[in-house]
Amino acid sequence: MQTENYLIRKSSLEKLFTNLIGNGKTIYAPKAKGDLALFAKVDAFEEITEDYIVTANSAKSLVFPRAEKLFSYKKSKENTEINDAASDTFPDVVLWGTRPCDAAAFIPLNNNFNEDTPDIIFSKRSQKVLVMSFSCSRCNEYCFCTSVNGGPGNTTGSDILLTKLSEGDYLAEVMTEKGQLLVKENSDLFEGAPEEGKERNLAQVTTRFNQEEIQAKLQNLFENPLWDEQSRACLGCGACTYVCPVCSCFDIQDEAHGNKGTRLRCWDSCGFGLFTLHTSGHNPRDKQGGRWRQRILHKFLYLPNKSKIAGCVGCGRCGKSCPADINILDTLTALQGEPHHG
Amino acid sequence: MMDLIKRATELLESDAVKVVIGYGKGSSTDRTRAIFVTQVADCENLVFNSQCIHNLAVYLTKAEIKKLGKPAIVAPVPVLRSILQLAAENQLTENDLVILGVTPESQLIEFESFAGIETFLDTHRIKIDQKYQETIEKIRSMPVAERFAWWVKELEPCFKCYACRSACPLCYCTRCTVENNQPQWISVASHPLGNLEWHVMRAMHLAGRCTDCEACYNACPMGIPIHLLTKSMLQDVNENFGTYGPTLKKDNTLSSFKPDDKESFIR
Amino acid sequence: MDNKNIYIPYLMRIEKITLEAPGVKTFRLKFENEQEAEAFSFKAGQFGEYSIVGVGESTFCIASSPTRKGYIECTFRQAGKVTSALSLAEEGDVIGFRGPYGNTFPIDEWKGKSLLFIAGGIALPPMRCVIWNALDLRENFKDITIVYGAKSVDDLVYKHELEEWGKRPDIRLVTTVDPGGETPEWKGEVGFVPSVLEKAAPSSQNTIAIVCGPPIMIKFTFPVLEKLGFTEENIYTTLENRMKCGFGKCGRCNVGEVYVCKDGPVFSYDQLKLLPAEY
Repeated sequence: MQTENYLIRKSSLEKLFTNLIGNGKTIYAPKAKGDLALFAKVDAFEEITEDYIVTANSAKSLVFPRAEKLFSYKKSKENTEINDAASDTFPDVVLWGTRPCDAAAFIPLNNNFNEDTPDIIFSKRSQKVLVMSFSCSRCNEYCFCTSVNGGPGNTTGSDILLTKLSEGDYLAEVMTEKGQLLVKENSDLFEGAPEEGKERNLAQVTTRFNQEEIQAKLQNLFENPLWDEQSRACLGCGACTYVCPVCSCFDIQDEAHGNKGTRLRCWDSCGFGLFTLHTSGHNPRDKQGGRWRQRILHKFLYLPNKSKIAGCVGCGRCGKSCPADINILDTLTALQGEPHHG
Repeated sequence: MMDLIKRATELLESDAVKVVIGYGKGSSTDRTRAIFVTQVADCENLVFNSQCIHNLAVYLTKAEIKKLGKPAIVAPVPVLRSILQLAAENQLTENDLVILGVTPESQLIEFESFAGIETFLDTHRIKIDQKYQETIEKIRSMPVAERFAWWVKELEPCFKCYACRSACPLCYCTRCTVENNQPQWISVASHPLGNLEWHVMRAMHLAGRCTDCEACYNACPMGIPIHLLTKSMLQDVNENFGTYGPTLKKDNTLSSFKPDDKESFIR
Repeated sequence: MDNKNIYIPYLMRIEKITLEAPGVKTFRLKFENEQEAEAFSFKAGQFGEYSIVGVGESTFCIASSPTRKGYIECTFRQAGKVTSALSLAEEGDVIGFRGPYGNTFPIDEWKGKSLLFIAGGIALPPMRCVIWNALDLRENFKDITIVYGAKSVDDLVYKHELEEWGKRPDIRLVTTVDPGGETPEWKGEVGFVPSVLEKAAPSSQNTIAIVCGPPIMIKFTFPVLEKLGFTEENIYTTLENRMKCGFGKCGRCNVGEVYVCKDGPVFSYDQLKLLPAEY
């Protein structure tokens, strides 16, 4: 579909919000919490904050929940009854305030769940999600979207991208039919395309490394001491995985209550020591260095080898949330041959 | 912190230690990170300032770090407290590490023994900040149903990344309770029950052990005030079992039984 | 089948349980649903996720041959949470099964060749499907040799089938137990599989070798095969790794760039050599 451009006035945003709620949509947007902004359900326009570069958590839980019911069951001695969760109804959701990096992450996420054997729970849920992103007018030292084929005004993965212009009103770029439908339903709020282009209103994000060069270098670095060195301070938690908008590794867990229960698909992390542990006790990745290597190789070698797209959108959340201040940029710029320091 | 760099250099040069665990520049101007200095030339990377908030004691029980050899560890007061508690729990042996204590006035004191740390910490007791005491009071005064709802809401952003556990020096179990699946005591998934189970269980396992370093809160990527649970636990321990140290005396609140305990079922 | 929820298991009734060795059982499973039974097919080498609904899933190969219709079989050792729950199941109980997943032994390409099967301990089950597949199509293959060993006589699995295979003139069967694992009545070899293989010295002429066993056994078997003249493309194995989804989405079982569940579990030795040491 050809992208259509509109103008939406700053003063119309609240009206749009109200309309969407009135149309039965659930809206998730950045909410302030101390120094952080968290992506959370909002019921009132005032709850939304504009004071964030990226939210602490990503928006991926709206298409890939932390715990997703796969089926529920009821057991008796003679019989097991299974209730398919794919026949549930999934909520109409609007993601309001994702950044271009967050939106770009939906591409590798969709790829993982839709390719080969399609996960219909994932696709049914994500079909009901509309992504309305806001361009970035500023960035911080953790951002590196431009190093992974992204950008502060990138439209990939968004249904609608809003860019604040110099007068305070917004350029609205509409990329998909889903976005067009929203515009149609709120046509009084969307005016003809503005004259002003978006480039001058976007942040300058320095390129830190060349993704293709890194991919080439990683081909031969499996047995290299850098993995142990770079992850020495790593505490082995899942924070980087869970804040990442792309990471989608999961566990399958049964939760039983008497003779009834559910089977869930829930978040997991390759950074945990038990992730690859065999019941026999053998663990192919028994050191943190091996697990750090897996993270980098999966994102910057295996995925781009397969689909040309890296498993990273450069949002910088992992570095910012890491309790040990392990920064993926250190590894990537070291691979490039340039030392990085904050 | 020139004294620190000088001492670290001496220790590495003389082969008294194989690694200096300290703080170095972080990924932004307001952060530091743990560094593991094994080469004399890298000692100049050691820093010490108000941003040194990570509890480095967490690395003393890690297998991969132990393999590096005898460490020296830069230890501001919170780290000293953790070292003392770890020593009380038999996780550290006195001559297997060099302790480069740093006072709140940024003076370097090298401790020769755990007993020396205990004496020093006697004059630097754990004190729960007034603002936390007020918040804890406020929560405690809520009726149970309201308090439960308050915690479920506070814990909603938690996705069980276990950063809190990983950053805590006293969570050194090689197999955490949540990692047992026969039986699965604590749900794996993140949902209101799973989140609550995890945090309550962890607070209970820390009763009488937590040294209030706030590493758990600092580690939480979602800014959840889980340290309120541990501080409240600390207050309970103080009120019921006498003011908590830490101390070298093997006196873990939840695993010590005394004849004069008021519960009679143990007799 | 784009509309199917890929996580929903087939319901299978346990028709027969055989105790193979201490802690090791074989289940013969029949589909509860006739139509599902009709529509189901698989090839030798594939695996499934077997579950006690409410406890969890575990990965085992399909140990019966695709030439046998109407049922599938799996063999497992009681080791952890799910296998312990499965061990408590009785004939007539209903369990879950998702599959078939994974790639297959290229048995069609092996027509006209000789086959050498080498297995150790609990690793015979993944090979049993392809052994029976070959035996059910015996005329397609020249010589068939099976070298199988276990820690002790008790630990040998499929004892009845070993007896059957031993009696057949169209199979050369060499069984062995580790030194110290023999009983006074034991008539087979005594020694580790790699050395017994070297002694048996089957010809590598126009032969495909299929090996499955614990990592230590594999490590010492490959050099013997090379010594006997086998080339890398003619040696096959099947890998195992911790799995959850079975279809390449959960991210757990990869060895470098390949997923054991999707790109494997069957690999030829020349493919295996390209993979990093991560399994």
